[in-house]
Amino acid sequence: MRYAMAIDTKKCVGCSDCVVACQTENNVPIGYCRDWVVEATDGTYPQLETEIRSERCNHCDNAPCVRCCPTGSSHFAEGGAVLVDHEECIGCGACVASCPYDARYMHPEGYVDKCTFCMHRVEKGMKPACVSVCPTKCMYFGDLDDPKSDVSVMLKKRKFKTLIPEAGTKPQIYYLI
Amino acid sequence: MREEIIVSGRMNPRIDPVLNIWHWEIPLYLFLGGLAAGILFFAALYTIMGKEKKYPAAVKWAPFIAPVVLMIGLLALFLDLKHKPYFWQLYTTIRLTSPMSWGAWVLMVVTPLSFIWSALNIKEIFPNWDWKFQWIRDFEAFCRKNIIPIAWIMMISSLILGIYTGILFSAFNARPLWNTSILGPLFLTSGLSTGAAAIMLMSKSHEERLLFSKIDLILIGIELFLIVHMFMGFMASTQVQIDAAKLFLGGPYTSAFWIFVVSLGLVLPALLEILELRKRKIPIVITATLVLFGGIMMRFVIAYAGQASRWLY
Repeated sequence: MRYAMAIDTKKCVGCSDCVVACQTENNVPIGYCRDWVVEATDGTYPQLETEIRSERCNHCDNAPCVRCCPTGSSHFAEGGAVLVDHEECIGCGACVASCPYDARYMHPEGYVDKCTFCMHRVEKGMKPACVSVCPTKCMYFGDLDDPKSDVSVMLKKRKFKTLIPEAGTKPQIYYLI
Repeated sequence: MREEIIVSGRMNPRIDPVLNIWHWEIPLYLFLGGLAAGILFFAALYTIMGKEKKYPAAVKWAPFIAPVVLMIGLLALFLDLKHKPYFWQLYTTIRLTSPMSWGAWVLMVVTPLSFIWSALNIKEIFPNWDWKFQWIRDFEAFCRKNIIPIAWIMMISSLILGIYTGILFSAFNARPLWNTSILGPLFLTSGLSTGAAAIMLMSKSHEERLLFSKIDLILIGIELFLIVHMFMGFMASTQVQIDAAKLFLGGPYTSAFWIFVVSLGLVLPALLEILELRKRKIPIVITATLVLFGGIMMRFVIAYAGQASRWLY
């Protein structure tokens, strides 16, 4: 089993509903967010092209945060999701510095927090909060090992990219282009 | 031309707009750790070589600083932790892939050793010192008997401590400025150099000062070579590392790096040491203070500039 997410950059309108849904579902403290929306503009005026991406922890296969964690608090859960065990986290910040995507933050209570792929929902057979609320249905979540899952089907049909693959992290959020 | 902006208003404290997860605590600790490593390395080295009598400052006096600076460093590290009640989790596991885990464990070896070393020499300060309990006297006798193996353990563990302070940074490929294996040897050399400076400050004999002046001069030479080498590596690397080097080549950290670290912290003390070797009278306190100042500035500049360097996508 390998959980992954595919996000259609051609369908995303950048409404930030995924951000609000995540904050509500996961009780993210005010002033923080686990996911965010990036607008990337390429070219020179008037030939401009904009890509909109909903970003979050990439749940990397080769996760630098798991590698540098001194206590084993950052770990791979079943299905490859990268999670933080709050009881083991000492709040040293090494994983925050190690993430090329800046996807982690220090929770006001002291431990490090980040996107969990909404494992508490996924375990019950539901989709992550961000995926379930997306008004343009541009996000797909599922198991890469299952050829019939939403994410496998989309990655077969469409061209895709990942963010900073040259950092060697093997990210598992795929952007359909 | 490409421009990327976060449009959902992400402003996570300590992450945005530029990563600033580590403040003064970490560079201060890295400096003090390197300083202690340098002092303990020379103490162990000259004990193994059997030159305790010839170089008393290196073997007996300067090591009194080591436990003090290590305790201040550890306090700084503890202050940096945000989930303090759980700090003991560091010692429930050994994570070979995590430099921080290496550091936590090597400190468990070096810190007690530095205390034992100071305790063995305490009669130098208080000639009438008595340990009161027989078991402490027995332990002291045991340590004195096995001083050479203890010195070997201290020398190797202080080298690991010195080099780990650099590897801690270089293991982060997310921060291109830190992601160079030169940082390990550079911080180790700088730690040894600041250790030599501390010994120079403590020493009362001209011969010993001159020896550590010479050692320090060589170490500064190695540091300058490593810095040049680091920039050569960056400029021949990927765009993100070229951008990282530019933080020091015209970017916001240019003056801090070239004035405080290189000019005042390395070149000037090296010149003063050369003059001293040529029999000019140079107050040792100036040279040693400049070396220590350069060491602390190097940790601060690299810690802060590293957090400003990043992958852009």
